Amino acid sequence: MWRIFITACRTALFTLILTGVAYPLLVTGLAQVLFPGKAGGSLVQDERGQVVGSELIGQAFSRPGYFHPRPSAAGEKGYDATASGGSNYGPTSQKLRDRVISDLESLKKQNPQAAAPIPAELLTASASGLDPHLSLAGVQWQLPRVAAARQVAPERIDAVIHDYLQGRDLGFLGEPRVNVLLLNLALDRHFGRPH
Amino acid sequence: MTINGWLQISIFFLVILALTKPLGTYLYRVFESPEKPLPRVFGPLERWSFRLCGVDPEAEQTWKEYTLALLLFSLVGLLVTYAILRLQHFLPFNPQALGPVPPDLAFNTAASFTTNTNWQAYGGESTMSYFSQMAALAWHNFISAAAGLGVALALARGITRRAAKGGEAPRTLGNFWADLIRSINYVFLPICVAAALVLVSQGVIQNLKPYETVKLMDPYSARVTKKDASGQEVKDEKGNTVMEAVKVETQTIPLGPVASQEVIKEFGINGGGFFNANSAHPFENPTPITNFLEMILIFALPAALTYTYGRMAGDQKEGWVIFGAMALLFLVGVGVTYWAEARPNAALAGLGVEQSAGNLEGKETRFGIANSSLFATVTTDCSCGAVNAMHDSFTPLGGLVPLVNIQLGEVIFGGVGAGLYGMLVFVILAVFIAGLMVGRTPEYLGKKIESREIKYAMLYVLIFPLIILSFAAWAAVAPYALSSLNNAGPHGLSEILYAFSSAAGNNGSAFAGLNANTPWWNLTLGLAMLAGRFWMMIPVLAMAGAMVGKKTVPPSLGTFPTNGGLFLGLLVGVILIVGALTFFPVLSLGPVLEEFLARQGKFF
Repeated sequence: MWRIFITACRTALFTLILTGVAYPLLVTGLAQVLFPGKAGGSLVQDERGQVVGSELIGQAFSRPGYFHPRPSAAGEKGYDATASGGSNYGPTSQKLRDRVISDLESLKKQNPQAAAPIPAELLTASASGLDPHLSLAGVQWQLPRVAAARQVAPERIDAVIHDYLQGRDLGFLGEPRVNVLLLNLALDRHFGRPH
Repeated sequence: MTINGWLQISIFFLVILALTKPLGTYLYRVFESPEKPLPRVFGPLERWSFRLCGVDPEAEQTWKEYTLALLLFSLVGLLVTYAILRLQHFLPFNPQALGPVPPDLAFNTAASFTTNTNWQAYGGESTMSYFSQMAALAWHNFISAAAGLGVALALARGITRRAAKGGEAPRTLGNFWADLIRSINYVFLPICVAAALVLVSQGVIQNLKPYETVKLMDPYSARVTKKDASGQEVKDEKGNTVMEAVKVETQTIPLGPVASQEVIKEFGINGGGFFNANSAHPFENPTPITNFLEMILIFALPAALTYTYGRMAGDQKEGWVIFGAMALLFLVGVGVTYWAEARPNAALAGLGVEQSAGNLEGKETRFGIANSSLFATVTTDCSCGAVNAMHDSFTPLGGLVPLVNIQLGEVIFGGVGAGLYGMLVFVILAVFIAGLMVGRTPEYLGKKIESREIKYAMLYVLIFPLIILSFAAWAAVAPYALSSLNNAGPHGLSEILYAFSSAAGNNGSAFAGLNANTPWWNLTLGLAMLAGRFWMMIPVLAMAGAMVGKKTVPPSLGTFPTNGGLFLGLLVGVILIVGALTFFPVLSLGPVLEEFLARQGKFF
């Protein structure tokens, strides 16, 4: 028994150093050499070279001239990247029902020109609370508002949207999507910052 | 449901099918063949590993020695992890200067990772230092998976080992340390390094930097709970929470060594996320390609083990029958989940919302319904518990499938090793029941199944619901447990049931609205995890010990063949009857009732 215990301790120490220290440090080293940008968080800069976020982490937008992301349950403020998570409300939750109704009203108020009905995506919180994407329908539903706020013809903005529309990976995996942060950055580059 | 959705599910299954034979053959060579693969590469590492650990790989162990080694090793792992978590503020790689993990949470987490459950009562980004993530948690991802694999190998050896002609009956089941170290050296490490780099190439992060704070393009104001200087919520005279408006101008982006942990989390079927949102988090799972790879990593080993088992049994058909039973249950599960999740969410009904895409609450845009449903099925068929969508927000029937998958004992491919040994217990039961039906002493692979084995099998089968239902019943009547619920009505019962099923099944996924980070939940769930792991492993190893020395008898006309379609059907039947009927009453009060109420537009 004592002998087995000693082996257990030695094996624990050996595996701890091998898989708990050497392995992650090796992968970190290789990743930093091979893919430094991606290993570092895919950070993106605006036209002035300031880091404005990560391409992969959604962030909130509220001005009418920007496209808005999905509702977020990450932290109280929403899009709090240090508190990722979903709402975890089930389909019979009164709290979910109330949230949807209240969001629906403000979306309708902010988007008087929008063609009904609203895509469900704009009323549902993602699993991570940091979803950086919208579907094409979720973006295009907001197009009249963004165009009016920026006083730009909708067709020109729609062209930018299509530049940023990503298809399915390898042609069949996942869903087509638009990265909201990259799209808004592109709008600023093309048409200047909104007021 | 879309054609493209079904296409993704079909291609996923075909890739697993294609991997089963080559990987299964490789595993057989690593563990059972005297000639190990790639001796030039792995030979020196293997010799050094055994020397440093003081292990003689040729020293065979009886079932008692094997069990003792496993238990003592797990105990050491548990204590070391607890110590690291409690002391993380003194240890390196803590750029966020996170404080020690509180005792109840540290116990729960240590139990969780030692048992391969990876239940997370904490949010990784706000609780764990990089050192804790790497050394305490990712370490366990390797060793707990390796230990599970060892138990499956031991049971498989117990069933398949035969006496040499005229020789003595075998009494031993292999060497725990050799199985453990070989699985890390030959299987987990090489594949993890390669797969981690693929993940990084897609955007999964891997660094040791402090969190990055960025200035937002579009600062906004938000209403948050007002807190005083000590971090306590401020209440007004009536005791209501006071809200205040704050201007949000920055976003703090957490970083860390994620990719290295992400791959072993899936490949070792652990499931503990680096971040709170687990594989839904864009830094853990940024693209549909990483999502596909992560699902493949989850299913690869348990599927391959069925082939390894067939090789050990000397008849590949024995392995394929087990694969077939698993595949059948998997495909039915994924079909039901996908169908349920492609339907609209009842909470958005009647408001004129466009819901043709299905239930999107708690799902990521890039994955969509098909990949979220597939991932949820895969992660609960196995004892993985990684999630790329929030199961708590699934439709009632969509959430029922993951819950039932866990309650069937996670034998549908299942955990690394845990899936195979769980399935073999059901195989023994099915053989026994077939024997009762034809009135003949049952035998499996030439070995008689007698009362001792059936007692161990019944212990295995009965301990599991006993843990789940006793704790769930306690929680359902205790105010200090109920105060943690995030949903009311039948969905609240589902949250409780899911938590204890997940803990006892060593799954680790959750109906995550439940606030499990309270002393009562941390303690009971920790105990459920330990009982669900070790109380079930011991009967399995005892069964292996009872089987290994049995004389083999040649098959006769009266032998029930276990390598054909009839036995496959019987096996699936036994799994469903034993697993599902045990939980049917409580499921009817949870998800099933909720489905009917949701259809009537009731809210709680």
